[in-house]
Amino acid sequence: MLTALLVMTGIALALGAALGYAAVRFRTEGDPLVDKIDAVLPQTQCGQCGYPGCKPYAQAIASGEAGINQCPPGGEDGIRKLADLLGREFTPLSEEHGIEKPKAVAVIDEQTCIGCTLCIQACPVDAIVGAAKQMHTVVAPLCTGCELCIAPCPVDCIAMVSVAETVPTWKWRYPAAAIGKAA
Amino acid sequence: MTSYIFVVISAVLVNNVVFVRILGLCPFMGVSKKLETAVGMGAATTFVLTLGSGSSYLIDHYLLQPFDLGYLRTLSFIVVIAAIVQLTELVIHKASPLLHQVLGIYLPLITTNCAVLGIPLLNAGMRHDLLESLLFGFGSSVGFTLALVLFAGIRERLEGADVPAPFKGTAIAMVTAGLMSLAFMGFAGLDRVQ
Repeated sequence: MLTALLVMTGIALALGAALGYAAVRFRTEGDPLVDKIDAVLPQTQCGQCGYPGCKPYAQAIASGEAGINQCPPGGEDGIRKLADLLGREFTPLSEEHGIEKPKAVAVIDEQTCIGCTLCIQACPVDAIVGAAKQMHTVVAPLCTGCELCIAPCPVDCIAMVSVAETVPTWKWRYPAAAIGKAA
Repeated sequence: MTSYIFVVISAVLVNNVVFVRILGLCPFMGVSKKLETAVGMGAATTFVLTLGSGSSYLIDHYLLQPFDLGYLRTLSFIVVIAAIVQLTELVIHKASPLLHQVLGIYLPLITTNCAVLGIPLLNAGMRHDLLESLLFGFGSSVGFTLALVLFAGIRERLEGADVPAPFKGTAIAMVTAGLMSLAFMGFAGLDRVQ
């Protein structure tokens, strides 16, 4: 009885130690390139690139499936950063995926909202709060401006309002000189 | 030497894990819808089963038998196999991300494949030595892969076949598996030589 316990404990300890060692020894980070690309993308999760979110698009870029010019919210800046990161040529934003717009957030006209929850289901970042037959509203800091909530709204009470530049949202412009044009 | 060859042939064809021993039916029915997944599952199982047979033999021979603890075989084997599967996954993930991607979810799933536990137990029951255990594990998993790949090929064809409505889906797959099992009975004669 005691030997049985000891033997099983021994096996368990030895295997546990081996696994613990292996977990440290053979640690793998996720694909670092995908994470880097994902960090450059604007995380709007809008799907305008044709992929179901920013991460899948990053994976597609990393595997060479997708071009770097399919992200309208990222705009020209985003494409430039991706081109730098990947060492690819800068290509202008592909028109079939959309055009660059100033950053905007969705605003629900609360007088008109009928509480149908359709926009809540459409929102990829859960930035809309509300319940069935209750007025909904957008949590502005979470809204990525992806416009996915506009189409499902049956009473057209959602509008995109561009974010005015205020002291907290202002930041330095990126240098405007285009790389490669000098030559 | 010939006895080793017989161990392998017997494990692959004569006593095929799936068709004759009726082990590992869950992955056999579950991942045989597509040829690719069948090959992936087969490769992962071959890897784990061969390793598992060897290490189970070592545990059995050097740990359980000296202490007369044969009744702990099932328990200790499943622990060892589970650990090996985890270890394999870690190592493959590090060493060959491509292989890891191919084997993917099948690797952890193998822990619950009864063939992987069954073969080491059969090894212990048949008093195989280390090399025989390894060969028997390898042969059995090759047999498993063979069964899985053949069955997946047939099922892909069945998708396009004009199957009577009541037999569609799993029913016709079961009938097919039964017929294949009958076909493998034909190899039983090979056993006489042994």
